[in-house]
Amino acid sequence: MTARPPVLCLAGIGKSFGDLVANDAIDLSLGRGEILALLGENGAGKTTLMNILFGHYVADEGSIEVAGPDGRLAPLPPGSPQAALAAGIGMVHQHFTLADNLSVLDNIVLGTERWWQPFRRMGRARQLLAGLIERAGLAVDLDVPAGSLSVGERQRVEILKALYREARILILDEPTAVLTPQETDGLFAVLRRLAADGLAIVFISHKLAEVMAISERVMVLRAGRVVEDVATAATDRAALAEAMVGRPIPAMSREPLKPGDPALVLDGVDVAGTDHRGTMHGVDLTVKAREMVGIAGVAGNGQGALAALLSGLAPPAAGRVTLFGGPFRPDAVTLIDAGVGRIPEDRHRDGVVGDMTLWENAVLEDYRRHPFRRAGLLDRAAARAHTARLMAEHDVRGGGLGTPARLLSGGNMQKLILGRVLDREPGLILAHQPTRGLDIGAATAVQARLLEARGRGAAIVLISEDLDELLQLTDRIAVFYRGRLTPLLPTEGLSARALGLMMAGHAADEALAETAERRTDAA
Amino acid sequence: MRLEPRAHAPLWLQLAAPVGAALAALVITAVPLSWAEAPVLTAYAMLAQGALGSGFALTETLTKAAPLILTGLAAAIAFRARLWNIGAEGQLYAGALAAVMIGSGTVVLSPWLMVPLVLVAGALAGALLMLGPTLLKVRLGVDEVVTTLLLNFIMLLFVQMMVEGPLQDPMSLGWPQSMPIIDEAALPRLVERTRLHIGLIVALVAALAIWLTVQRTTFGFEVRAVGANPHAARFAGMSTTGVMVRVGLLSGALAGLAGVGEVAGLKGFLTQDLSPGYGYSGIVVAMLAQLNPLGVVLAALFVAGVFVGADSMSRAIGVSNTIADLIVAIALLTMLVASLVIRYRVRFG
Repeated sequence: MTARPPVLCLAGIGKSFGDLVANDAIDLSLGRGEILALLGENGAGKTTLMNILFGHYVADEGSIEVAGPDGRLAPLPPGSPQAALAAGIGMVHQHFTLADNLSVLDNIVLGTERWWQPFRRMGRARQLLAGLIERAGLAVDLDVPAGSLSVGERQRVEILKALYREARILILDEPTAVLTPQETDGLFAVLRRLAADGLAIVFISHKLAEVMAISERVMVLRAGRVVEDVATAATDRAALAEAMVGRPIPAMSREPLKPGDPALVLDGVDVAGTDHRGTMHGVDLTVKAREMVGIAGVAGNGQGALAALLSGLAPPAAGRVTLFGGPFRPDAVTLIDAGVGRIPEDRHRDGVVGDMTLWENAVLEDYRRHPFRRAGLLDRAAARAHTARLMAEHDVRGGGLGTPARLLSGGNMQKLILGRVLDREPGLILAHQPTRGLDIGAATAVQARLLEARGRGAAIVLISEDLDELLQLTDRIAVFYRGRLTPLLPTEGLSARALGLMMAGHAADEALAETAERRTDAA
Repeated sequence: MRLEPRAHAPLWLQLAAPVGAALAALVITAVPLSWAEAPVLTAYAMLAQGALGSGFALTETLTKAAPLILTGLAAAIAFRARLWNIGAEGQLYAGALAAVMIGSGTVVLSPWLMVPLVLVAGALAGALLMLGPTLLKVRLGVDEVVTTLLLNFIMLLFVQMMVEGPLQDPMSLGWPQSMPIIDEAALPRLVERTRLHIGLIVALVAALAIWLTVQRTTFGFEVRAVGANPHAARFAGMSTTGVMVRVGLLSGALAGLAGVGEVAGLKGFLTQDLSPGYGYSGIVVAMLAQLNPLGVVLAALFVAGVFVGADSMSRAIGVSNTIADLIVAIALLTMLVASLVIRYRVRFG
């Protein structure tokens, strides 16, 4: 397949979990210095394949061969992450694995020393790392605690960690999910340099634009099988999307609507922060009926506080909130009853009770009211009938009424939550990262439902880190930076690049001017 | 060997796992039994006979099962909501103390009123004792394992103070025991000339009621949601604090009822050795039952049978009856392994 000397060769990999065939006769070969994108929806088998490669699972059938330092292919012992590390396979997980209170240097060296070595050879490590940093362009301060780093920097540390362990194959699992567009550009520059240096890279993603930008070859998995393996130059986004989903994807279109009365007005609102959600200060925001407002920002800059406020989990510390022209009580039950639909950021944590059944989860917010509650008892028949209808209307698959919710895929779980929320026809919807981690099919379904709700007259606050999504769906966008929210700007006239600059703290007019300049430069 | 998460545990497995755990415990205990140079099979035969072999043995087992069902329920309902109440022992004594204070002649009513009165008083006392640790947990995040556990010793010492002081029976010739429960307040016998009293009926009704509450009521729905995922429960608008407090009260009340049964149904007066650790055994019972309220009844019968049977076994073949504690303790460990088998599929190779 490639003219380059192969460094990794998977042949006929198969893996089943019970009746589910996660991987079916997958062949994958990777050449030295090649960047391969592994594309596929959730549940297509990407993660299983990488877990097999990394020794977390043992394949039912097939073989794995990895090239040693001399370039000769040798079989990799199955089921041993140590063997995978020793064979030069490095992995950067979606969730970083750094110890916050150790320095960057300690984090990198951690686990590479022999236990009988009485002294740590930090001098040598430093020297080695300086070379790596220089070669790859991975600027990181080695002496600060890992906890003080930004997300982009943490990712660089993870990559350095793999390189320090002399990885010849680097696997990146959804590496851009947490990055701003500018950080993504930086990452791509690093990856290109590393590849030019001979590192073989597997780039796992479902973002088509990035796959097209960075990879030389794309392998598409669907339902555990390889459905496409082509040079990136020989394909395009539409073809890849279709290969991934197995059917053509309808283009999302947002018809302009005339906004109605304000559903939500924030006037100089402060919300005190907690560790993970950040604070917000003096936020002004108006969201009208039949309008979708987008909220952008790097995670932790205040959108978590806004979401907590609108979910009824955090009271405003200052300022005034008006909901549907009336007072606002920061209490989840009151908000639900008032007609606020809330889609939480973390489905597994806040959206469902994983060990409870689908029907129990479907009435998680509604069990208190008629017809589900009768004289203190839960009317199971009514709840099950309601759930069956919801699941049919919102195309929730992957289980019956009695299936525990944790067994649903992310997309189906989100559809269940969405169904639960939209069925009440809420007048205001908070959608916090509603499509994060979803595959294209499920994401478009969720987006279509939100647009449908907007058409029905709902006011929608869409908090998202996916700038393409914001630009595609929303009418106006505001950006959070360090707890402050910019004024709402009409989506027409905004670009991902301008939003990225604003997310990094540039003023709106400045960002717009600079991106306009760039455009004229390019022309 | 590796473990893979199971999508769904079939019902037969959920039933077979505790039975297998109990049998495994017996097999493992055979080792120390043979060290004690006891004939293992005879020993177990004596144990079974002592627990079930006669009408008397059976009523003794049922008598012992009654407090274990109640303390088992106390642990099961609390653990369901992830409220780790280790203090059923203290709550049991609180219930017993309340029963003695009300039922030893302070109030004299007809038995039809008196018996419910001491039951309610005991339940309230147990609930009240659990209220403190629960409030400390939900308000200040104080670890309830520590507070409930330590309250056990405080309660025991308090009981000692009471039975050597204000509550001491003047007729006891200086023994540290309380004034006796009056006849009107005594729990009626279920079977004549045995020690079996209506505490067993109270326990069975409580088990059924708790099962219905957990499975069928909206409150039970909240308990299960808060226990399984407090974040999602809070997001959906449930008051995790309110649920915790109510569960704490319920759990304490159940343990308090166990104390009433022991003092007003069995012993007739309060001493500081009223309970041979029923509060702690209740935790084992709840774990063996996988926190299922109906399973608690079966698990309590098993544990009670082992305790009662071990007594007669030790009399017959001269092995210490601490073997019963050993069996129950090992059963808890084997049950932990069994619950792993319920949640995971074990694969070899």
